[in-house]
Amino acid sequence: MLKKGALGTRYNLREYLAFLGASVLEDERSVFVGTGLPIIAAMLAQKTHAPRLLILFEAGGMGPQLPELPISVGESRTYYRGIAASSMHDVMSLSQAGYVDYGFLGAAQIDRYGNINTTVIGNHDLPTVRLPGSGGANDAGSFSQRLIIITSNQSKRTFVNRVDFLTTAGYLDGPGGREKAGLPRGSGPYRVITQLGVYGFDEATKRLKLVSLHPHASLDEIKENSGFDIIIPAKIERSPEPKEPDLRILREEIDPAGIVLGK
Amino acid sequence: MTEILGEGKGELIGWHDPDEAREWVMKNKSRALKDKNMSAAEAVSRFVPDGAFIASGGFGHVRISMAIVYEIIRQKKRQLIMAGKTAVHDLDLLVGAGCVDRVEAAYSFGHELRGLSPASRRMVQSGQCQVVAETSNAGYQWRFLAAMMGISFMPSRTLLGTDTGKYSSCKVIKDPFSGKPVNLIPAAYPDVAFIHVHRCDAYGNAQIDSILVEDFELSRCARRLIITTEKIVDNETIRKVPWRTAIPFFVVDAVVEVPFGSHPCEMPGMYYYDEEHIAEWLSLSKTDEGVDDFLNKYVFSVDNFDDYLKLCGGARKLNYLKKREHFKVPMTAPWREKA
Repeated sequence: MLKKGALGTRYNLREYLAFLGASVLEDERSVFVGTGLPIIAAMLAQKTHAPRLLILFEAGGMGPQLPELPISVGESRTYYRGIAASSMHDVMSLSQAGYVDYGFLGAAQIDRYGNINTTVIGNHDLPTVRLPGSGGANDAGSFSQRLIIITSNQSKRTFVNRVDFLTTAGYLDGPGGREKAGLPRGSGPYRVITQLGVYGFDEATKRLKLVSLHPHASLDEIKENSGFDIIIPAKIERSPEPKEPDLRILREEIDPAGIVLGK
Repeated sequence: MTEILGEGKGELIGWHDPDEAREWVMKNKSRALKDKNMSAAEAVSRFVPDGAFIASGGFGHVRISMAIVYEIIRQKKRQLIMAGKTAVHDLDLLVGAGCVDRVEAAYSFGHELRGLSPASRRMVQSGQCQVVAETSNAGYQWRFLAAMMGISFMPSRTLLGTDTGKYSSCKVIKDPFSGKPVNLIPAAYPDVAFIHVHRCDAYGNAQIDSILVEDFELSRCARRLIITTEKIVDNETIRKVPWRTAIPFFVVDAVVEVPFGSHPCEMPGMYYYDEEHIAEWLSLSKTDEGVDDFLNKYVFSVDNFDDYLKLCGGARKLNYLKKREHFKVPMTAPWREKA
């Protein structure tokens, strides 16, 4: 975990990930979010370049103007000044029918095709570590036209050759994998954001590819912290950095208690 | 001839043949308008047998029938199978207390932003609680939808191609219309569900002033339904605004009035989570002894919800939680420091 000093004194790692997550989201689009950094990224986007971002919560909250950080994706803040307070059947159906542009999830393990594990480490029936399971993640991964994955600890233990359990579909086994399984045509992972870089997926092979390297990170660190080969482009872009207004909004409006972003 | 492309190896919990399901409803559910008001103790004693397949409404730690959860623990119910639909505090307590030993997991063993649930995870990792099947939130939601509709399954595109699907009780077939693989999610009829609502009349007509989550479908597919309500209102209140009825009386078997009945979970529009209380649970439940201490204090040493609320800080605490719900006092995260 990078300390504040490594990135400079202006911002810490989680603030940076939230900023990068926000930068991917577009105005007048819809995003389906999970707890923690994804919600914070959506809130920051809504308060900066995407004021009409439509935030959808799996439990039924639609289009809220979030007043503070929710602890749960099913609580009252998720429909505060919302356009509707509906149900899970409604939101999940709308997702399946094509109304969700972006899904935004965390990941415990991820492989080169963006397949995610949040169920177990080790054997399913007697696991070393039992994690919460899919929740809405599999649904977000099945239905969102573009999935964004965010994790603060890219390492050989998290960027793995093969996930212990395939909770949520990325590109499955490669090109055409999703369509062959029956998942919606053209849908799939779009970005993976970690403490080292922003990644996308190569059009032809559906393998993870570097899109931009963070200012404080190196290509060596990218390679050392992955159990599989990541496609590195010939020309390396650097990830953008947050400006003071972004940081002020994160620290004073979105997470003043520092629950997710720390202090 | 239906082409079956795949079958999940998860245990099929709570499925009934559509004719069997209909006949059960016709034989056991009454359309009579009768007063169903009873205590939590009576509701649990009558409607929650050992070994039952149970489901909690709301969202894990939002709008939860906590009086029923505590009563199930108090009456030492055993071998329950729980729908780990959007399970958080409800399931963590019931698994930690040894009442639930099998879970079909969509989201379970986690406390959302607060982190993972020490007690229930420990029970799974030690083999005392089994995860008999996996699914997703939409997966469970549509199990209830199929059952509510009185049919055997609901087709969907979720879970396809994944281990969640492989460990579910779903089947994948070739859709006869599109020719593409489609996932068939089997109906689920919980033996008993318990849902906390904002107001309800004595017959069981209930209004919910928030997102329904899965309660529209769950209330209509559970074989027995216990409603706990902040307040029992008269039938006139319902009839004045019938478009606000979320749950109709004829699917309800018991109505229990429990003001603040969702504590320590949120009750939307009324009171926020009691983070101090939840932090105490998350901290104590790191050990088996701690689980016993917590349950002895909050469940076994009292026999009613009012006395429990006094232990939690009484009117002073409840007023604070009301203010927190309405943003009049700042957010706190005591479980963060205790970690």
